[in-house]
Amino acid sequence: MIAIENVHKQFGALHVLKGVDLSVQKGEVLSMIGGSGSGKSTMLMCINGLEGIQQGRITVDGVEVHAKATDLNKLRRRIGIVFQQWNAFPHLTVLENVTLAPRKVLGKSREEAEVIAVEQLSHVGLKEKLAVFPSRLSGGQQQRMAIARALAMSPDYMLFDEVTSALDPQLVGEVLDTMRMLSKEGMTMIVVTHEMRFAREVSDRVAFFREGRIHEIGSPDQIFENPQQPETAAFLKSI
Amino acid sequence: MYFGGSFSRGDFLFLLSGAVTTLSITLVAVVIGTVLGVLFGLIRAGAPWWIGNTLGAVLDVFRSVPLLIQLVLFNSFNSMLKLNWPTFTVGCICLGIYASAFCTEIVRSGVGAVPQTTRRAARSLGLTWRQELTSITLPIATRIVFPSWIGLTLGVMKDTALVLWIGIVELLRSSQIVTSRVQEPLLILGITGLIYFVMSFPIARLGNQLEKKWGTQ
Repeated sequence: MIAIENVHKQFGALHVLKGVDLSVQKGEVLSMIGGSGSGKSTMLMCINGLEGIQQGRITVDGVEVHAKATDLNKLRRRIGIVFQQWNAFPHLTVLENVTLAPRKVLGKSREEAEVIAVEQLSHVGLKEKLAVFPSRLSGGQQQRMAIARALAMSPDYMLFDEVTSALDPQLVGEVLDTMRMLSKEGMTMIVVTHEMRFAREVSDRVAFFREGRIHEIGSPDQIFENPQQPETAAFLKSI
Repeated sequence: MYFGGSFSRGDFLFLLSGAVTTLSITLVAVVIGTVLGVLFGLIRAGAPWWIGNTLGAVLDVFRSVPLLIQLVLFNSFNSMLKLNWPTFTVGCICLGIYASAFCTEIVRSGVGAVPQTTRRAARSLGLTWRQELTSITLPIATRIVFPSWIGLTLGVMKDTALVLWIGIVELLRSSQIVTSRVQEPLLILGITGLIYFVMSFPIARLGNQLEKKWGTQ
């Protein structure tokens, strides 16, 4: 379980998160929606400790992320994250992109890591591209590779930060399909997204972020059909 | 004793022995310059600004003062402080530090050119700072700055000519010695230039080859 309690985050004078409370259960898919600057991406970065927090507490399966004694490198093995810019490692082949972390972080042999990588790359439909360098892939393929790269660590949680926002429209579908597949397999996912139809379809709950807080949270039906807050309704109408 | 006369096989071998000295100094200086340059460059790229800027200011001195002055000063200190280092060592260290000042900026710009988001992605997989540096940032940065580094190496090779002023007989000094005997300056300078070219060319080619290889990725 991921538990977020009263989290505040500031970048200098900019108060990005103003007291966020949220918990995500194992097996749940939670979508975060909201305008840009509402704090949803920052929230995601705080969960695996890529960003520090000024106040509050985030625990992942009981481990406090921002406690001094926490080994973040160890915690991050269990939390996969995929970013908006797909961040392929350009000097490594597709296969090497995926085997890197299992080998370096988990200490697996090349053979073991390759078995895992081939399995995950097949899973996202990139079995034919093992020896190719990322620059030869389309954006959608690179993003699916990034998903396979995170999955190769067998994480308990997957975080997705606007993973389709930088893609050409015709490539969005293949990435969403991959995520759909993961949610069906029972992966615990937190998805920051602007794809409302997708959020509605795969989410167990949807959180609407506004001005650094969760303004409304509920089932997809509640949020999209019957929002309780006027700002939620206004946001959904605006996009 | 016979003065004057034509350029002989012995003269050519003498030039070649000078060339070996030039290559040796180049090699040692480039190794020193690269090792220090990577170290300083990483400090410049990653350390708190006041450390990075202080280091940058010190290295600016070495980049700005003509190498000839540095060589002569360092050589004088060597005698005054009675270090009694061989001039070859003095030449190598001086050129090495000079090269490191340039290499530092090359490394700094290379590390800076690796997108922060790529580094974050690596850390998010659980790689430690050191693992991220050696598996992601340095390999990517190397590909980016390799042409500049080749340029630096070729520059250092030509700058080695200045060490003749502290009494090292390298290729250029050898050619002067031969010229004073044979009295055919144009021929001998031509041959000397050709030797410099023959030494530089493979390095430049190697650079092109690697760039081409990396370019196809």
